[in-house]
Amino acid sequence: MKITILRRLVQFGILALFIAGNIYGVKILQGSLSSSTLLNTINLSDPFAVLQLFLASFSVSSVAITGAFIVLIFYALIAPRAFCGWVCPVNILTDCGAFLRTKLKIGKNILNLSPNLRYYLLVLSLIFSAIFGIAAFESVSFVGGFTRGVVYLGSSAISIAVIIIAIETFVGKRLICAHICPLGAFYAIVSKFSLIRVKYNYDKCSKCFKCKVVCPEEKVLDIVGTKSGIISSECISCGKCVEVCNDDAINFSILKLGVNK
Amino acid sequence: MQRREAIKQGFSLVGLLAAGGFAYGEFASASPVLKLRPPGAMDEDKFLSLCIRCGICVDACPFHTLKLAQFRDGGIGMGTPFFKPREIPCYMCTDIPCAVKCPTGALDASSMMSDSKLDINKSRMGMAVVDDKTCIAYFGLRCDACYRNCPLIDKALKLEYKHNERTGKHAFLLPIVDTDVCTGCGKCEQSCITKKASITVVPREVIKGEMNDNYIKGWDEGDFDRIKNPDTKIKLNSKKSLNYLNDGDEL
Ligand code: SF4
Ligand code: SF4
Ligand code: SF4
Ligand code: SF4
Ligand code: SF4
Repeated sequence: MKITILRRLVQFGILALFIAGNIYGVKILQGSLSSSTLLNTINLSDPFAVLQLFLASFSVSSVAITGAFIVLIFYALIAPRAFCGWVCPVNILTDCGAFLRTKLKIGKNILNLSPNLRYYLLVLSLIFSAIFGIAAFESVSFVGGFTRGVVYLGSSAISIAVIIIAIETFVGKRLICAHICPLGAFYAIVSKFSLIRVKYNYDKCSKCFKCKVVCPEEKVLDIVGTKSGIISSECISCGKCVEVCNDDAINFSILKLGVNK
Repeated sequence: MQRREAIKQGFSLVGLLAAGGFAYGEFASASPVLKLRPPGAMDEDKFLSLCIRCGICVDACPFHTLKLAQFRDGGIGMGTPFFKPREIPCYMCTDIPCAVKCPTGALDASSMMSDSKLDINKSRMGMAVVDDKTCIAYFGLRCDACYRNCPLIDKALKLEYKHNERTGKHAFLLPIVDTDVCTGCGKCEQSCITKKASITVVPREVIKGEMNDNYIKGWDEGDFDRIKNPDTKIKLNSKKSLNYLNDGDEL
C-alpha cells in the first residue's frame, strides 16, 4: 500500500500545486502539464506535444524546445513511464475504473484492442501534425483536456472523467492507458534506458501470480514464472507488483548498464 | 449463470449510456463563440499550429480576461485561449504579460514593438463594429459610453457630428470605428449600454476586406509607387463564363 499512497500524494500534490499557482498565485508551478513554469522562471514542456508543434509549424520557440528537453531527459533517466504512474491524473481515473471493474465483477471486454495500437496512434499523431499543421493528439488529448479542466477549474473535466471511468469500467480492461494513449507509448519508448527498473527474481518467486493480476500492463510481467530479468519499459512504475509480492521476488532496482539482456 | 451475465451486460450498457449522455449534454449546450485571441496571436492557422494549450497566458493575465476553451465553447480549438469582451475585455497591459510569457511563440510579443519597446496598441485582437440599428446614438439620443471607454479615444473610436434632419435642431453624435487603429480590446463592447452590445468586437479575418492592388489613392503621397511593377497578366477563365452561360440552373 505504501507505494500507492506515495503515488497518490505525488499525483494530487502536482495538481494542487498547479491549482495553487493558477488560481491563487502561489508561484511554484503554473500552467498545466503541456507546458508550465517552475518557480516562475524555468519552462517545462511536454516533449511529445512540442514534437507535434514542431512538425505542425516548424517554428517553435527555443523556450518550449529547451523545456521539452529538460522533461525528456528527466523521464529518460528515472523510472519507465514515471509520468504515467506518478504524474498523469488520468491514471487516477483509470485506476478508479479498474477498481469499479473488479467490484462489479465485470469480466468481459466489449472491445478488444491490441496494445500495439498506441504505437500506431503515436505515429499517426506525428504524421497528422505534419499534414494538417496542427498538433494532432494535443487537439483531442484527454490527458491535456482533463488536466486543464482540473487545474483551471473548467467544466469539461467532469465530462472527461465520467467518460474515462465508464470506458475503463465497462468497455475494456485498461483500455485507455495500456492500449490507446499515444503519450504513454511515447514515454515507453523514451524510457528504454531509464535507470530505475522493476526486476524479477525467479529463484525467490513462489508462482502465486498475484503480481500479474494487479499489473495494469498486460504484457510486461510475461517473464514471471519463466526466468529472472528486468521488465520492459512499458511498465508504468506504479509498484503494484512490488506491493503484492510476499516473496520479495519482484522489486525496484537500479539498472546497471549491461544487465539488460 | 447466463442470466447473470446478461444482467451485467445490460448494466454495463446503462452505465455507458449514462456517461455518454452526460458528456453529450455538455456538447449539445455549446454555443458558438467568437474567436478573439489574446494580444500578439499569430493569424489563426499559425496560432493553432503553435499553441500548446498550456494556459500560461490565462494565468499571466491579471484581469482574468482570458479563458481556455471548454467543450461548451463551440468553434474554438479545445484548450486554446480566447476572451469574451462583453464579460471581461482586455485591459491593454503595457507589459503584455500574456504574450511575453507564452512559451511556444503562438503569442508573438515581437509583433507588438515600436522603437524596440512593447506597444500594446499594436495588437490586433479583433475589430469593433457598430450596429447602427440598435445603437441609441443613431436615434439621436445622447450616449457615448463606448467612446469614453475606448483606450484609444478619438483615434480608434471617434464621434462623428451630424445634423439631425428630422428634428431640424439637434445633432447626432455617432460612434465611428477606425479599423486601422482599433485593437479589438473590447472595452467598448463591455461598456455599451444596450441590452445586447450594439458595438461588438469581431475577429478581423471574419470581416476585414482586401482591395485589389490596382486602385490608387490620389490623396496618399507615394501611392503611385504601389503600381510601379503591376501584374498585367489578365487572369480570365473563359471556361467559367461559358459554363455560367450554359448552366441553366444558375439563371
Ligand atoms: S498512458 Fe496516457 S493516460 Fe495513461 S497514465 Fe500514461 S499518459 Fe496518462
Ligand atoms: S510491472 Fe509492476 S510496476 Fe510495472 S506497471 Fe506492472 S504492476 Fe506496475
Ligand atoms: S494585455 Fe493584459 S489584460 Fe489584455 S489579455 Fe494580456 S494580460 Fe490580459
Ligand atoms: S501561453 Fe501560448 S501556448 Fe500557452 S495557451 Fe496561451 S497562447 Fe497557447
Ligand atoms: S455605448 Fe452602445 S449605444 Fe452607446 S453609443 Fe456606444 S454603441 Fe451606441
